[in-house]
Formats: sequence, C-alpha cells, structure tokens
Amino acid sequence: MKSPRKLWPWQASLLVAIFVFWHLMTTPGLLPNFMFDNDRQASFFFGEPVKIMARIWAWFVTDADIYRHLLVTLTETLLAFGIGSALGLGAGLWLALSPVASGILEPYIKAANSMPRIILAPIFSVWFGLGIASKVALGVTLVFFIVFFNVYQGVKEVSPVVLANARMLGAGPKQLLRHVYLPSATSWVFSSLHTSVGLAFVGAVVGEYLGSSQGVGYLILQAEGTFDINTVMAGILVLTAFALVLDAAVGKVEKRLMKWQPKAGETERL
Amino acid sequence: MTTPALQLQDVACTFVSKDDPRQRYTAVKGVTLTVGAGEFVSVVGPTGCGKSTLLNVAAGLLQPSTGRVQVFGQPLAGINTRAGYMFQAESLMPWRTALANVMAGLEFRGVAAAEARAQAEEWLRRVGLGGFGDRYPHQLSGGMRKRTSLAQTLALDPDIILMDEPFSALDIQTRQLMENEVLDLWAKKRKAVLFITHDLDEAIAMSDRVVIMSAGPAARLIGEFNIDIARPRDVAEVKMTPRFVELHAAIWAQLREEVLKGYAQQLKVA
Repeated sequence: MKSPRKLWPWQASLLVAIFVFWHLMTTPGLLPNFMFDNDRQASFFFGEPVKIMARIWAWFVTDADIYRHLLVTLTETLLAFGIGSALGLGAGLWLALSPVASGILEPYIKAANSMPRIILAPIFSVWFGLGIASKVALGVTLVFFIVFFNVYQGVKEVSPVVLANARMLGAGPKQLLRHVYLPSATSWVFSSLHTSVGLAFVGAVVGEYLGSSQGVGYLILQAEGTFDINTVMAGILVLTAFALVLDAAVGKVEKRLMKWQPKAGETERL
Repeated sequence: MTTPALQLQDVACTFVSKDDPRQRYTAVKGVTLTVGAGEFVSVVGPTGCGKSTLLNVAAGLLQPSTGRVQVFGQPLAGINTRAGYMFQAESLMPWRTALANVMAGLEFRGVAAAEARAQAEEWLRRVGLGGFGDRYPHQLSGGMRKRTSLAQTLALDPDIILMDEPFSALDIQTRQLMENEVLDLWAKKRKAVLFITHDLDEAIAMSDRVVIMSAGPAARLIGEFNIDIARPRDVAEVKMTPRFVELHAAIWAQLREEVLKGYAQQLKVA
C-alpha cells in the first residue's frame, strides 16, 4: 500500500469531485431537467452545496451561534461516555470475578443487550425531561454494554501465568484487582474506545433529535420541520466532521495510554 | 541437618474434568520429596509427567488431593509465602515496565515505593539489565524477559526458589549464561532450590541432587542421584568432566525407559 501522504491528494480530489457533481446536479437552471419536471425540485430534495457551505459559515463565523449547540452535544457525549464506561467497568469486573452473579444475570444481560435500546429514548425523555440528562441516559445505555462486554472478556482472558505469578509475589485479592485485573480490563476498554465514543455521540444526537431544546440534533430537527434541507445537510456535515475530530482525539489518548502494548512491525530504536 | 525447607509427603494430585466429573486424571501419586535448606534439587522426567504439578503444589497454587506439604516444618496453607516461583511461560505483567515488574512483589508486600525502587534497580543491575528498567516486556528479548523474571523472583529474597523449566525457551548460549548467573546468585545466598527441567545436562550441571520422575499418569519418583561434583561449577565446562559423563550415563539409563514410555503414551492419545 502507498503511504497515506501520497494518497491524500487523491482523497481530497474525490471530495471536491463529489461536491462539484452535487453542485452541478442541484443548482436550479444550471443543467436542463432530466429527472424532475421543475428545476427547483433537485435542490429541494438534495440541497445545494453552496448554500450549505454558506449556512456552515454563518454558524461558525458570521452568526457564531452553533458553538452553544456543539458544546451541549459534546457535553452529552462525554458524560455518556464517562458514566457508561465507569458503570461498564464496574459491572464487568464484578460479574467476571463472581461466577454466581454472572450465572444469575446472564440471561438478563443478553436480553438487555439484544433490545434495540434507541427505543428507550422517549421513555428517558419522560423520566429525565428534555434537558441533557435524557440524552446522557440514552448514550449510557449504548456505551455500557460495549465496555461491559470488553471488560468481562478482558478479565476472563488474563493470562493464568501472570495471575499465578502476581499471587506468588504476594498480591492479595485487592492488589490482584488493582494491579492485574484492572490493567488487563482497561486495555480491552481502550481497544473499544473508538466504538464506545462513537456510540455515546450517536446517543446524544439521536436523543436531541427526538426531543430537546438545544444541541446539533435539535438544529437538524428544527430545520426538518421547515423543509430547510440545506440546514439539515449542513448539520449532518458538521456532525460528521465533529465525529472525525472526536475519533482523532480518542486515537491520541489511546496512543498515550497503551504504549505498553506491542504494535505490529514496531522496531526498536536503540 | 536442620528442618528441611520443603517437604512433600505422599502427595497425589487427581484432576477432575469440569464438564464430566467421571473423567479423572491422576497426574502424580505417592510423591515424597525433601529439599533441604540451601540445597539445589532438580526434578527430571519425561514430558507431561506432572513435574509442573509438583511445583505448583510446592508453591501452594494447587492443593494436593492427598498428602502433606511442609515448609520449614510448618504445614502449608494457601500460597507458599516463603517461596519465589519462576514460571516457564511469560509471567511478567505486560503493562508494567521491567523496573515496575521487579518492584511489584516488594510493593505487594508493603515496602515503601522509594525503597522498593532502589532494591529493584539493584536487582536489575545484578541480572545485567541496569539500563533497561523503563522498557516494557514486549520491548525486551526473550532472554531479557527471563532475567527480569529472575530479578522479580529474587528481589523478594525468598527462602525457597521454585523454577519451572525457566530457560527452556532460550537459545543455548543465552541459556548457559543464565544458568551460570543463577548458580552464582545461588552460591552467594544459598537458598533451597527446586528446579524442574527436562534437560538432564542442565539438571546435573546445576544441582546437588537429581530426582527422576516416572512417566505419567500417576507419576512417582523412581530414582535419586547425588551429584558429587565440586562447586563452583561452570555449566559448560562441567560437562567435559569424567564424573559428569558417568552420572549422565547412570541417570540416563534409568530415565530413558520412562521417556520412551511417556512418548508411547502420547502417541496412543494422539
């Protein structure tokens, strides 16, 4: 494979090409109609890239009114991620180390995991109101299971030799938890970090979309109510970019915390 | 001689399959073995004969089905806290640096961090890894990891050292170096050592006494040889001496039959 450095011009031109195509197909009067009977219909259904960009520009620069919404969405995402991870870590450790509890709870966990949890969003709105709490709750239900299963797996897969060695070195049950099970489990949590942060984000946006008074999901919902397809598209683009930034941030954190893990093809610099 | 460091009396270990309680496997049976304080005893035997089982019993990681284990005259309950165990497989905690791994045992036993660090650094220097304390296990070679394990075990200054084929994964040169190092360290401190190996050369070159185990199942001890070769020894040079060759021939005569038996059994199962 070529190095990413050499591929980026191609990636960038593909993006430009998509936008040019989009622009050509949707701008009223630019091309003769061949799909719709009215030359405004294409732009009504698909939006116009130029107007979308203008909308984004207004959000970030001229009106500068999106930051409040982004902050709300980000807060919800981080809270959902933090709470969901902590609960998942605790529950995973507990169940993995207590065979009786995991035996009793197993069918319930399976059921809760297979349930389409997005459907809980309206219930959470009733329980926790339209503020950020209901969105956090939705995100937590999504994040919890990812982290839970990874921790559970992580504890189960602790090398028995490492465990026996720690015991021979004098580690008691608490020290085993703190120095063996927890580090092993966190490595699994971090390996699922990308998925769980992504799901926390999904929980936040979907929650906003289903009923809220602020957040990027709310902006999209508002625009949809008035058939403002350009604003909807702009919101989607902002969310996508935001998700990419979050993902990159997660990658940075992961790299710092997981430096003890071997990477494929890593050579030693002496 | 005073109280022996380690005494196994009529020890038997029967494993029961978890899924099917009718399936039983008796690994060792009727084993009586004594290791005096400061004595270096090796156990040799065909592969799969239950040598490691015996060591796990001595370490307190495994409860014998019948029989008694005594450590310096005291019956053993739970983990043998006076023993250090060097495992055959990788036993370092991968999320800790070499230094932190060597420190682990001291930390578990409540030694203050600064003191533990100083001692661990001293031990790393002693096994020739002075400058490698900040490396993670995956950044070390197999030999270096074994040295770290050795430092980790010896840092606690155990009265009994249990070694389970510690060098079997190493190439022959590294292995001889490590064997000599272990002999040097042992000569200085004169701890009781129970050394498991399938390598007869290694056993004779290092030990005061070599014990032979029969092929499993229900393996027992079938022979014992005092190794009356003067110390200090160099593991490479000692192999040229006539007494070594004599002992080797005598022990091998007895061991060979068992090795063939063990091999035949493995073929039958396969």
